[in-house]
Amino acid sequence: MNFTGDDLSRRGFLGAAARVGGTVLLAMTVPAFGAGPKGDAAAARAQLNAWLIIDANNAFTVLVDRSEMGQGVYTALPTLLAEELEISLDDIKVVAAPVGDAYVNQGNGGQITGTSNSVQDAWDKLRLAGAQARCMLIAAAAREWRVDPGLCRAHNGSIFGPGEKSVAYGTVARAAARLPVPKDVQLKTNDQFRLIGKPRLRIDSAGKVDGSAEFGIDVILPGMLYAAVAQSPVLGGAVGAFDAAQAAAMPGVRKVLLAAGGVVVVAEHFWQALQARSALKITWEPGGNAQLDNAGIGHMLESAAKSEPALRARADGDAGAVLAGAVLAGAVPATAKRSLHAVYELPLLAHATMEPMNCTADVRAGGCDLYVGTQVQQVAQATAAAVAGVDPAKVRVFTTLLGGGFGRRLDVDFIPAAVAASKAVGVPVKVIWTREDDMTHDTYRPPAREELSGALDGEGRLIAWRLHITSPSITARMFPPVKGVDDSVIEAAVNCPYAVPNFELTYTRREIGIDVGYMRSVSHSPNCFAIESFMDEAALAAGKNPLDFRLQLLTAKPRHTRVLTLAAQRARWGNAPAGRFQGLALMEGYSTHIAQIAEVSVGRGVLKVHKITCVVDCGQMVNPSIVESQIVGGIVFGLSAALWGDVTIVAGQVQQSNFNSYRVLRGNEMPELDVQLLQSADPPGGIGEPSVALVAPALCNAIFAATGQRLRRLPIAAASFLEI
Amino acid sequence: MTKITVNAKLMDVDAVPDTPLLWVLRDHLAMTGTKFGCGLALCGACTVHLDGVAVRSCVLPLSAVAGKAITTIEGLSADRSHPVQLAWLEIDVPQCGYCQSGQIMSAAALLRANPTPSDADIDAAMSGNICRCGTYPRIRRAIHRAAELQRSIATGAAQVGGVAHAGAGEGARQ
Repeated sequence: MNFTGDDLSRRGFLGAAARVGGTVLLAMTVPAFGAGPKGDAAAARAQLNAWLIIDANNAFTVLVDRSEMGQGVYTALPTLLAEELEISLDDIKVVAAPVGDAYVNQGNGGQITGTSNSVQDAWDKLRLAGAQARCMLIAAAAREWRVDPGLCRAHNGSIFGPGEKSVAYGTVARAAARLPVPKDVQLKTNDQFRLIGKPRLRIDSAGKVDGSAEFGIDVILPGMLYAAVAQSPVLGGAVGAFDAAQAAAMPGVRKVLLAAGGVVVVAEHFWQALQARSALKITWEPGGNAQLDNAGIGHMLESAAKSEPALRARADGDAGAVLAGAVLAGAVPATAKRSLHAVYELPLLAHATMEPMNCTADVRAGGCDLYVGTQVQQVAQATAAAVAGVDPAKVRVFTTLLGGGFGRRLDVDFIPAAVAASKAVGVPVKVIWTREDDMTHDTYRPPAREELSGALDGEGRLIAWRLHITSPSITARMFPPVKGVDDSVIEAAVNCPYAVPNFELTYTRREIGIDVGYMRSVSHSPNCFAIESFMDEAALAAGKNPLDFRLQLLTAKPRHTRVLTLAAQRARWGNAPAGRFQGLALMEGYSTHIAQIAEVSVGRGVLKVHKITCVVDCGQMVNPSIVESQIVGGIVFGLSAALWGDVTIVAGQVQQSNFNSYRVLRGNEMPELDVQLLQSADPPGGIGEPSVALVAPALCNAIFAATGQRLRRLPIAAASFLEI
Repeated sequence: MTKITVNAKLMDVDAVPDTPLLWVLRDHLAMTGTKFGCGLALCGACTVHLDGVAVRSCVLPLSAVAGKAITTIEGLSADRSHPVQLAWLEIDVPQCGYCQSGQIMSAAALLRANPTPSDADIDAAMSGNICRCGTYPRIRRAIHRAAELQRSIATGAAQVGGVAHAGAGEGARQ
């Protein structure tokens, strides 16, 4: 299966679909193909709505408007449509949707794959699209047969009518496409689901086991050249002067140009471009970050936290007054052991997708084709248009498979160089970043300083607490303007489930001079780490078991209570094997409720993570097999970050450059996992990100249980008393 | 021109001798199943077989492979019928899929040398292949399954042609 190599998508004939407005589904036939299948083949297909094309031979093409980066949208989204259309997933071919208004993610306000909400956004939309198409197909058949549509039913790609009449969808698809789109269609109830909720194989696996799956880096166009980009070693720096004479004379080199803040070397082959890049003589202007280092960043956050105004994101009761001892003074003994204060610190992290950043651009007169693994098709289009100097409508974006996204491909900083180079040389150009380019020029997960204060009453109840977050704002850089508190910095905190009468959540924005970006779980990770670690500190101060302490704070929170209780049962909380210690964490994020229990041992200072138990209530599942793989994948991602993730900066330059200096979890380092997915009829929650966030607090709580040492700064590997 | 043998075909390559095999495969021969991940033999995405042994093509110069048999993911089987590929499909291993060519080539080399690998054997053979999506548990299951399939094929005992969709559910604990 080769999605993006498909001449359907390449041809861009779906421009009409791209202009379908809002969620109103328009029936349309597909215009004749250009150089693709001609005559009969083109005439024999019909487009029923923005997502569905039916061939005369009953083959189904589903246009998926979210980017496939491993999370399973190329399977899950067609499942929603197929459920109502009454077709088999086996008959579906997937192509990436072009840029188009119909493809906007209502939850994100753009054609954006992020925030773990692809299924949530598509849940009604694609089931409705499938149901409407089914009704139109039935109506077309009924009209042909001159019978009441109510006497016809759809099943497995065919319509059955009175008197053993039957016809395949493909036969009536073109007639159906000309019919009005029905307004009132009845969607199935959960108990009627035939596909949704059942574990099924992904439909994009074949090409991923035989090497034919096409990622951005695999795109090959006729006459294409390759390019490497020299970027400023100091983040945010610029080219002062450069001498390309030697590089330009090297074998295969076609062009050296200044573009996209760097020097782009275009050659016949990528290896040639790389060799020539190393022969460039560049004087860099370091810009404002020449002195930047981690200590400086830490100081920026700390001084901002202490001296700059904080915005309030949530206030229950009057935490400030209680923490100051002014209210409820009689009930709050002002002894030090009953008040808590802790500062948690989170490092910069790199996304480190397995496929390094890349982009292929083909700039021609008046237009540009872009072949790219992106999570933001519209932004990619606008970016390319600006560099190429063409109308955005003339930029066609062909979304390839993404070799990992994790939020990195919400940024488009790897696109301009390809467009500029293609424009300069007049043929398609593929820009590839090396691993070193990728790791030293990421848009990093921002650092955070999280300050917590709390007060316990005489009974050991948490009666007041405050969380003050200080960090840069990703949204302010990427999707400005931000009014008030950036929602993406207060996740898992603003909705914190614990029933404490006085709670205050505040945020101070402090930029650090370098670009920071969204990374899988975004602020759920730092906030869950701080909150769930702090809850253990509070439980300790209260003399209570961390599990009981939390359960007592969960008032009318049945889903939280259920996942936490079940996780404790499965992990045999309190009955860990001899020498092993447990820590837990609880979170609601992306409308998913999730609990984790980590089990560790620390022998002679060496940490071993033995097991992670994870119980998940993500509402209605579309495909439990994919949900499980995402929960597992999130735990692995969280383990890498918690144990080792640490981007350090010296003189404005990132010190990590490859997997030898930026360690990530390998297969031989996997702990035992016990993942339990709960059946639920609640609306679907997100599954790609939530499990990432609980790993660090569960681990650090377990490490505290094992050692009595509280880790308030990640990564764990930085702790002087531990070896991993 | 350098003559190399890729997937049993003799090919002429016009590249300087220090060009890594990875880029010869990808750029010169348009065989893009072998992936670039790190360039330093740290991640395993570029794994191919050289005379049946798993090697990292990103650090293997063209000059070192002349006269040797190179097998890439494209040549592992003509129709995804290698036991490792069958097992990968049955267990539904890939997520983003980018590292999987390398994972599969490492697993295939392991099973060729050791038809009944233990978990420790798998750890040792697969620790050079990073997967950022975290497919490691399914990879382990799939290697054990591939070992079964390989034995079945060897004895002609089992039907291994079709991969039933009903098998997908094993990955999810209900």
